[in-house]
Amino acid sequence: MGKYKSHILVCAGTGCRASDCEGIVSNLESALEENNLNEDVQVVRTGCFGFCEKGPVVKMVPDNTFYVEVTPDDAGELVLEHLVKGRKVERLLYIDPDTKERISDSKHMGFYKKQYRIALRNCGFIDPENIDEYIARDGYAAMGKILESMTPEEATAIIKESGLRGRGGGGFPTGLKWEFTRKAQADKKYVVCNADEGDPGAFMDRSILEGDPHSVLEAMAICGFCIGADTGLIYIRAEYPLAINRLKTAINQAREYGLIGKDILGTGFNFDVEIRLGAGAFVCGEETALIHSMEGLRGEPTVKPPFPAEKGYNGKPTNVNNVETFANVPPIILKGSKWFSEIGTEKSKGTKVFALAGKVNNVGLIEVPMGISLREVIFDIGGGIKGGKKFKAVQTGGPSGGCLTEKHLDIPIDYENLLQCGSMMGSGGMIVMDEDDCMVSMAKFYLDFTVEESCGKCAPCRIGNKRLYEMLDKISLGKSTEEDLGMLRNLANVIKDTSLCGLGQTSPNPVLSTMDNFQEEYLAHVVDGKCPAGQCKALMHYIIDSHLCVGCTLCNRVCPVDAISGEKKTPHVIDSSICIKCGACLEKCKFGAISVQ
Amino acid sequence: MASVKLPESKIQELKEVCQKYDNKGSELINVLHGAQELFGYLPAEVQEIIADELNVSVAHVYGVVTFYSFFSMLPKGRNPISICMGTACYVRGAEKVLDEFKRILNVKVGETTGDGKFSLSCLRCVGACGLAPVVTIGERVYGRVSADDVKKILSEYA
Repeated sequence: MGKYKSHILVCAGTGCRASDCEGIVSNLESALEENNLNEDVQVVRTGCFGFCEKGPVVKMVPDNTFYVEVTPDDAGELVLEHLVKGRKVERLLYIDPDTKERISDSKHMGFYKKQYRIALRNCGFIDPENIDEYIARDGYAAMGKILESMTPEEATAIIKESGLRGRGGGGFPTGLKWEFTRKAQADKKYVVCNADEGDPGAFMDRSILEGDPHSVLEAMAICGFCIGADTGLIYIRAEYPLAINRLKTAINQAREYGLIGKDILGTGFNFDVEIRLGAGAFVCGEETALIHSMEGLRGEPTVKPPFPAEKGYNGKPTNVNNVETFANVPPIILKGSKWFSEIGTEKSKGTKVFALAGKVNNVGLIEVPMGISLREVIFDIGGGIKGGKKFKAVQTGGPSGGCLTEKHLDIPIDYENLLQCGSMMGSGGMIVMDEDDCMVSMAKFYLDFTVEESCGKCAPCRIGNKRLYEMLDKISLGKSTEEDLGMLRNLANVIKDTSLCGLGQTSPNPVLSTMDNFQEEYLAHVVDGKCPAGQCKALMHYIIDSHLCVGCTLCNRVCPVDAISGEKKTPHVIDSSICIKCGACLEKCKFGAISVQ
Repeated sequence: MASVKLPESKIQELKEVCQKYDNKGSELINVLHGAQELFGYLPAEVQEIIADELNVSVAHVYGVVTFYSFFSMLPKGRNPISICMGTACYVRGAEKVLDEFKRILNVKVGETTGDGKFSLSCLRCVGACGLAPVVTIGERVYGRVSADDVKKILSEYA
């Protein structure tokens, strides 16, 4: 950052790029030039700030003014007012929803107050394409410390004692995994970074790779030293082009600096990293399937044992960790296991990154200490439910997780508690739903995903999930009986017990958890033939109130299937056997005569 | 082997892609990525050439191509439209947006319009959940799309 007096940080994560942050950057640069400030002020593209709801985000450093929802047209004003005249541009500051006051420092915003950033420590602070900025924030210091003063056993012990557990979903103790791979005897071993973030609605791994790629490279090298591997492989989704590019840049820079490659820091330790592209298969998040995919095969899982720690990539011992897990490693090495294990709960240490999305006011990426309650996450950080609607459920763990309700809001979030409630930590997707969301439709949505993504190797998952989907579809069409609900639960349990890999073993969770927590809603569909949330089209009936209808014929004209009839100036009627429930008439009626039942 | 209809120069380029990965069978997925970049899709004859070059069976190549959703055996339209069907987009109404695209373009998911201008597909989460529901057309990302916006978006490609 050297010669510049101040910096303008512009979020260049995928979300903000979609809102034209590049336009903001170029307009800022030309405005700086016009005002002869281009020598003193530098515009930096950073990784994700997390506050995607209010993006694009622009932050002024060193005074930390945090501007939200900036457009390219605002660039000139920002430079002229903020930098030249020294006045904050009030209209671009965040408005506190409670006090209605404008807040300029992100520290005081509800969204950031309860966060604790370890894995995301550099996201939004540094230029991810500049290795010097990473190094300036203690980058590669952890690797240096280990290479110079520790044995692999000592370094592994730090990770073990810290209590760090796999952040990809399973929650297996990371140090233990490293130890297994270290103890395996072989002439070649591999470190694999699982960046195949397939859970729809989770984007923390992408944001870490986009915002702080070096932290993952450094951690992989540390892991390589601990387990005795000289090759690292990053398996990343092809759907993340920006993350792939930033990783490539980071790998090249690290090689240039001698921080990966041969004889690192003159210690004789060799470690290099390659990228492997995924090709869009959710099951490849499972480690054995991922390894097969890297070998150029169909990404089908195999039975464990043997675990990858004994027999993995090319039949050699392989340690697979996820991106977020790796991002936690360098700070643990630098600050010590005690520091890390003091954060969180008894069995779940440290922090967890969640992708908060759905019907919540502040959509974004957050990192919170383990043990925080769902209520704090959704209402304090997330700012509550959009449009003042009522909270109904929160789905954690993606297609493998479950829906939690009001009664779970005060449970401290950790691996064990979420499992006990019938959900799971998963990779950290957190989708908030309100009263308008139908739980049967939600379960159906996830099953549709599983059916499509099942690799087809084992029968319970391939056939069972398809049947589950069909049963749910029958419920949403109002054609089921109470007996079917018993069969649904029975089949769900069979799939859980008999599937080969984690995908099948967890795929019925969305069904089981919604059945447990929203039994009345299932019964309403089955017994009363009604969808309380008004989402299942087949169970909706459009009705015209003959007292309110003036016979303007507007509905008649917009109906695409001619289901509405009636003479001019007399009340109209809808023939429900023809009606396709498109809702066009409801939108057009000016007299509020049409309603849904 | 089916009669090859690809131009000789393209075949040469494809062989170069294979060579870049040392014609190794274990690099099949990387080779397929390269090939799809070259042709836009992976027709049968491309798969046959790859099988030949990497010394693996055509069945193996076909098995891998059909396993992964990123690979396509059908040509895409000049403007490939993808509707994000990730959970965040779904709860914010992505299905209605998809229905509107289907209605206006008169194609199903996975199909291309008769004039080859648009193809329609779904994808799972581009990670721009703050902008849900999200639609991508080519490289361009559209955020907070509603069914009413669809017509306007398509008119940009008139």
